[in-house]
Amino acid sequence: MSGPLTPSQTVGPFFGVGLPYEKGEQVVAPGSAGVIRIEGQVLDGNGDPVPDALLEIWQPATGFGRARTDSEGAFSFWTTKPGAMPAPDGRVQAPHLNVTVFARGLLRHLVTRMYFPNEPDANATDPVLNLVEPARRETLIATNSGGVLHFDVRLQGEGETVFFAI
Amino acid sequence: MSEDEREPPYLYPDYVGTRLRAPAKPLVHLPDGFHDFPAPLFPRPIGKLDHDLTRQHGGEPIGERIIVTGRVLDSDGRPLRKTIVEVWQANAAGRYLDQDDQHPAPLDPNFSGAGRCLTDDDGRYRFITIKPGAYPWKNHRNAWRPAHIHFSLFGSEFRSRLVTQMYFSGDPLMPRDPILQSIPDQAGRERLVSRFDPETTVPEWALAYQWDIVLRGRAATPFEHEP
Repeated sequence: MSGPLTPSQTVGPFFGVGLPYEKGEQVVAPGSAGVIRIEGQVLDGNGDPVPDALLEIWQPATGFGRARTDSEGAFSFWTTKPGAMPAPDGRVQAPHLNVTVFARGLLRHLVTRMYFPNEPDANATDPVLNLVEPARRETLIATNSGGVLHFDVRLQGEGETVFFAI
Repeated sequence: MSEDEREPPYLYPDYVGTRLRAPAKPLVHLPDGFHDFPAPLFPRPIGKLDHDLTRQHGGEPIGERIIVTGRVLDSDGRPLRKTIVEVWQANAAGRYLDQDDQHPAPLDPNFSGAGRCLTDDDGRYRFITIKPGAYPWKNHRNAWRPAHIHFSLFGSEFRSRLVTQMYFSGDPLMPRDPILQSIPDQAGRERLVSRFDPETTVPEWALAYQWDIVLRGRAATPFEHEP
């Protein structure tokens, strides 16, 4: 059999029993060499926290992380910063994390990227960031606050995060 | 219809939850290849009984025991082997084991409602569970979700990732459910409906339902070529 794809449906509000798992937010263990902490918040079109979202980060060379948001819409991950990587067309992509977002109210998951604030040169020539209108690029670049990388996901409205079709 | 038009839209106002969560701006399209990388090694171990939601506690859960099985395929029809399938669901009374579930139906001390398994060499998954109950939600007056089981799959690559829901044939709530109805075409909606399978049904023990899942991407990895 070959055929049409199975359509997506929302993860709903009650995925807590099924999807989060212990230390899922630790792509690498805290205390490991080169570990970084990422913190952020998922916000809706009113700017209100989204307490029932699930985020996954995919790093082809490092691993996979999964974390849900709490009652304040907050999430966190521990991981290491990836290196620059080749783009399909041979150019170089700046270091980044692939981020997927699931939530009640999202009939399909969203895909975005988190870039690093201390890579201005690589970010300036990154082929994906350059496909994004300049005013929106900053939604994809984390900020550094006291050694913690901060990355918010705004689903809708002012400062809406750039999401990619896949 | 393109692949994209077969999927539910982000904004589907009848499903009230989409109104403040659907992106307002169009998605940014990337050239081919930017999201072509393999699925990760899933870091969560799978226990021997994780596929059997009826044997996670001291006693048997209340409800109608069922077998849910099917194959996970790529869009060329090739089986996706050793791919993880995660499920979660309400109990027979329509209640989730979740502190935010306010439906005044009983919890079942013998049912948590979550399972996972790996597909076999034929791409087949198999769960033993309890038929979930319908339950009310606050989307609109007298709104009830049809009975469903949530599925989460990875497949072979990033683009294969899918979270969806499986429904049961003949459920009269399906035509009234905005989550299912958000899928634009009837054929697409029907792809989420399992069918009763008398062949797999085990006499004196459990009814069986079949449901195949087709994911984006190719199954072929260097170690998974067809013989």
